[in-house]
Amino acid sequence: MALPEVKQSATEARLSALTLPESGCLKAARQAALSRVQTMGLPSRRDEYWKYTKPDTLVQAEAPKAAVFHADETPMFNAFDRLNIVFVDGVFDAEASDDLSLEGVTIDRIEDICCKDIHWAKDLYGVLEARGQTPVERPLAALNTAFASDGVAIRVTGKVSKPVNFTYVHSDENSDAILHHVIRVESGAEVTILENGPAASRFNKCMEIDIADGGKLHLVRAQGRDHERRAATHLFARLGTESVFKSFTLTVNGVLTRNEAVIELTGDDAVAHIAGACVGDGDFHHDDTVFITHDAVNCESRQVFKKVLRNGATGVFQGKILVKEGAQKTDGYQISQSLLLDDDSQFLAKPELEIYADDVACSHGSTSGAIDEEGLFYLRSRGVPHAEATDLMTLAFLAEAVDEIEDAEIAADIVSRLEGWLARRR
Amino acid sequence: MLEIKNLHVKLEDEDKQILKGVDLKVEAGKVHAIMGPNGSGKSTLSYVLSGRDGYEVTEGSAELEGEDILELEPEERAAAGMFLAFQYPVEIPGVGNMTFLRTAVNAQRKARGEDELSASDFLKEVRAKAKTLKIDADMLKRPVNVGFSGGEKKRNEILQMAMLEPKLCILDETDSGLDVDAMKLVAEGVNALRDEGRGFLVITHYQRLLDHIKPDVVHILAGGRIVKTGGPELALEVENNGYAGILAEEA
Repeated sequence: MALPEVKQSATEARLSALTLPESGCLKAARQAALSRVQTMGLPSRRDEYWKYTKPDTLVQAEAPKAAVFHADETPMFNAFDRLNIVFVDGVFDAEASDDLSLEGVTIDRIEDICCKDIHWAKDLYGVLEARGQTPVERPLAALNTAFASDGVAIRVTGKVSKPVNFTYVHSDENSDAILHHVIRVESGAEVTILENGPAASRFNKCMEIDIADGGKLHLVRAQGRDHERRAATHLFARLGTESVFKSFTLTVNGVLTRNEAVIELTGDDAVAHIAGACVGDGDFHHDDTVFITHDAVNCESRQVFKKVLRNGATGVFQGKILVKEGAQKTDGYQISQSLLLDDDSQFLAKPELEIYADDVACSHGSTSGAIDEEGLFYLRSRGVPHAEATDLMTLAFLAEAVDEIEDAEIAADIVSRLEGWLARRR
Repeated sequence: MLEIKNLHVKLEDEDKQILKGVDLKVEAGKVHAIMGPNGSGKSTLSYVLSGRDGYEVTEGSAELEGEDILELEPEERAAAGMFLAFQYPVEIPGVGNMTFLRTAVNAQRKARGEDELSASDFLKEVRAKAKTLKIDADMLKRPVNVGFSGGEKKRNEILQMAMLEPKLCILDETDSGLDVDAMKLVAEGVNALRDEGRGFLVITHYQRLLDHIKPDVVHILAGGRIVKTGGPELALEVENNGYAGILAEEA
């Protein structure tokens, strides 16, 4: 079917600004992805999946300008012993990065894979993204697969002793970055991945994660505090038997963020938790779009999203749990909540359940509310000033999402920064 | 300590006058009890003094050590030395009891221009005080009042009072929801805080709390006014004859 004319021309305009990179063994994947984009067309405001978030600036040929924010603090996760991989405006920075060798893990740049004829990543690059295009189209992810200019392939073969950390530096106010990472966690292997930074004025990131039986991956990301940056991220995860995937995302600032997560539980007894906390002020639009498919027995999935919005900020949550036929004993939980600190802010939520098995426990809840006046008065009556009491209540509201982070030190780092940021904005 | 003159209060949202000229003076070192039937304005008095929204003072004044407190924010009143033990302590999920206590203690010290308490000094003090109130480490760690029993909530109020060392303590029906043993424990906590420099205003329906916290003065509040003031024997009179008898007498 031909695309509507407006969509067709918008897609063409975007594609004409890009060139397909040299791609060796990834060439077929990139070309297939390009034809997916051409068939689907890039998102427009009339698409149901983009009803609450305007994709225009994510789709237009030129990235809108975004000032670089200079934070007067140590970058997140810097204090941890880690293997650091640095990208500046979407380009790998070898000098700033650590040596990429670490026991239990092999790390290759996508660029290096592109010169090879054979590489394990060939069987993963674009594969989960392509699977994730049904039942809902995600054209920006296909665009990413086709045109990603950098990224890494991580293969985890053992229990990795320290986290692999991505630092995404934004240094050019016109930067437009497309990064694609693939991660394969082999059977019984375990790794923690950290991500931090705004990356670019406009950032399109795709991460494909394949976890074999008994493998574990923890992902914690912080999306940077540049007010004007835009980001569209996709996370595709496929989980084998008894594997575990846990993810937490912190978003503070950014004029536009759309985080999509597509998770498939394909092996029995797998566990997937995905959580997010965001704090938005003013010109801020934050969208969490999650699609979890249960396609095996006795799996558990958990979605916990909390948004604090003020001065006209907008939060969006579209979360779906699909339980396929035969996926008995599924335990699915989903909660999305917003704390609206004034009348101008809004939260748009679309929780969905689609269930084709008869022995499952699935729950979803979504709430939107103001700060609890009773609690606020109680704190103030004990001498806690109004602003500080509001911050305490705000942190308390976010706690359920932050609690999803397994590592206590990482969680503590996030809480202490949130405290500082909230205090500075009063 | 506390001096209330001709206090008139109405509800902000509706045209309903609750307090119709309350006069009351609580001296340092004294315990005053306020008794009265339902709807007489007892809780309104405690909320107005602590600065809760929703009430409008139409006439009169309230001063704490000579300072007009009615214009102050709730946190400023607290820093000035006012403390209200809530009838229904509020649950605050996500805020640890200990964090809450430390934040409150340090906020008040800061407001008064004092140094903040060091983490170890604070911990030492809170542990010692919690112990006398039979509050265990688990209760200190849990979110404020969440999952606490009625007795635990009230003990937690007294712990806050002990940590904040206010000048004027208002106890709003602290006996409600308590069994005999819990009431005794709470009363002991309050009695331990009795001090020459501290005044108490104990609001209650029943005389039984006053068996444990012996008042110096008893007031009867009815229809938004203090209709009778006397010694501890007045509480016994209420117990024996009910409010109806006293009110009939005063009418």
